[in-house]
Amino acid sequence: MRQLVITSGKGGTGKTTVTAGFVVLAGEKVVADADVEAPNQHLLLNPQIMKKREYKGAKMAVKDAEKCEQCGKCEEYCRFNAIRDMEVEPTGCEGCGVCVFVCPTGALRLEEVTTGATMISKTDYGSFSHALLEIGAEGSGKLITEVRRNAEKIMQDEPLLLIDGPPGIGCPVIASLTGADLALIVSEPSVSGRHDLERIHQVTQHFNVKALVCINKWDLSPEMSKNIEKYCEDEGINLVGKIPFDPQVMDVYKQDLPVEHLLQTKAGEAIEEIWENVREHILQ
Amino acid sequence: MIISILSGKGGTGKTTAAVNMAVSLAAKNEKVLLLDADVEEPNAGLYLKPVLDESMPVSLPVPEIDEERCDYCGECSEFCQFNALAVAQEIVLTFPELCHGCGGCTLVCPKEAIKEVSREIGVVEKGCAEAVGFWQGRLNIGEPFAVPVTRALKEGLADLKDSVVLIDAPAGVSCPVIEAVRGSDFALLVTEPTPFGRHDLGLALEMVEHLGIPHGVVINRAGDDDSIISELCQEKNVPIMLEIEFSLSLASLGAKGIPFSKVLPNWQEKFYETYLSIKEKCLCAN
Amino acid sequence: MKIGVSATGKDLESLMDSRFGRCNYFILVDPDTEEFEAMDNPGVSAGGGAGIQAAQAVMKQGAEAVITGHCGPNAFDVLAAGGIKIYQASEKSIEEVLELYKKGELKEVTTPGKANRGKGSR
Repeated sequence: MRQLVITSGKGGTGKTTVTAGFVVLAGEKVVADADVEAPNQHLLLNPQIMKKREYKGAKMAVKDAEKCEQCGKCEEYCRFNAIRDMEVEPTGCEGCGVCVFVCPTGALRLEEVTTGATMISKTDYGSFSHALLEIGAEGSGKLITEVRRNAEKIMQDEPLLLIDGPPGIGCPVIASLTGADLALIVSEPSVSGRHDLERIHQVTQHFNVKALVCINKWDLSPEMSKNIEKYCEDEGINLVGKIPFDPQVMDVYKQDLPVEHLLQTKAGEAIEEIWENVREHILQ
Repeated sequence: MIISILSGKGGTGKTTAAVNMAVSLAAKNEKVLLLDADVEEPNAGLYLKPVLDESMPVSLPVPEIDEERCDYCGECSEFCQFNALAVAQEIVLTFPELCHGCGGCTLVCPKEAIKEVSREIGVVEKGCAEAVGFWQGRLNIGEPFAVPVTRALKEGLADLKDSVVLIDAPAGVSCPVIEAVRGSDFALLVTEPTPFGRHDLGLALEMVEHLGIPHGVVINRAGDDDSIISELCQEKNVPIMLEIEFSLSLASLGAKGIPFSKVLPNWQEKFYETYLSIKEKCLCAN
Repeated sequence: MKIGVSATGKDLESLMDSRFGRCNYFILVDPDTEEFEAMDNPGVSAGGGAGIQAAQAVMKQGAEAVITGHCGPNAFDVLAAGGIKIYQASEKSIEEVLELYKKGELKEVTTPGKANRGKGSR
């Protein structure tokens, strides 16, 4: 089984659209949405949830009001201003346990709290592993590892796992890349897109994951696209295609059409070509 | 007055809106300060090209072990929720990049063998871009905790009563976003007319409602039919403050790093009007 | 002599897990007698520093060597400090991996894997 991660240095470059195109084109596969902080794939795949499990992603101090003698030590020692008037403020608490340690009456304890859920679903395009976080909760490597592990569990003999990766270059990205066979970086022709491409490319090099690049909405700035092409050439990265800006993509989304309609757009044709190139790298 | 500019989803044009608003207000002789609080990806500077003349480090307290006193009992590593300390035979290892700076290890150590030293995790920089005051926070590469940098960046805002402060918040609805937005008089939520934009706008709305901040929506890349967003706004009774229609010329200026309201005066007017209506809403609310 | 192998299951037939810090179990096994016991990896539930926690846990159980796929630099540092040898293998069953170990065909890792410093954003 091979694992392909679709990622980008910056949000909003069209990662989800490219992934959706691949979902239709790739034949037998399992899909995982590892962009857990802003999951969007489920909006396209119309999943039917088969299994849902609470995700406990953080620890938090919890007070037993009966044991509290209002001495105020917890408040004094908390470095995060997460205790006010001797009550724990959940959005500020980092779960360090200092208040638990200093409390003379044992009125505080650390508890694991639910910060989201992981799900396994059926879709018309194959099995789908995804997650949802609560507001203010953070997507960690732990959750992404769980989403990937769930995907691996439901795999039967599909040859491919398609992972819609998180944007950025932090721990979530790293957790989505470790052990993957190939990363496709979706870039966009703008000053920030160019800047963020460089950084995500460094991360893939760091983790020994081979990277390919495609440029989305390339014709919005042919100049910047040239610049990105030059960067790829200088760095020896395979540029596997350029997707034109295409308002029809938005129409497909707005009208809530099934994802295969994406492929009938101009952008979709480009995605199809990109898939052919990527397929050579991943499945052969 | 503090106006936060945020979006549930990355890449919707949050920075574009913030930068153009700043440029437009400056053109109308308003005293304006833009805060780039997207400390993991501070991109506003790429558009404004500010001169930064002040720089202040942001640090966290992390443990340092006094090997003479330590007897490798392991209490510290046992206590640390973040695995920032490990004891292996007769060696204590510290992993400062995992340390939240809670100070717990110094409290639990029975030999008083741990003291705290400060470790720089980022920087706050201040300067201006022509008439726009500009501050930004930058988290150092590889650092995990954005919140302390955001907090340091916002220090001193209370003294700026006569300026309009625009905060360019990070994307999403996680802790650093909440920290950036907290205390604002108004929140502008930038979105785009797609199902993703709608979904993520829904999350952002939930967050600002929870924080109790008056808010309105900016539709970026607007087209002929934006009902996917306007329906949600109607349902939630949220005003649409501005629509930035999609055009190749705007997109290409943006791609080159030029704030379009700098060269297109009609956009200055539009952003200024948006500002005036925000101001009015805030006055009514108080 | 006990060896800790990162594992996807609780017996010798299960596959080795190439992840060290976030594997589900460790199989602690004596390569000569093939006597073994399985332990849960506490690193699985760590928000950050999973490898550090996992390394301390296998050391506490008396492992003198570990066999795994990728061991990050933090876990490497802890294991190295404890004098634990690290061998690299690919995802085969624990039995097969042990055979390779006994034949001396596993590579000893002497430099840390690629860095994952914290859950940073850059």
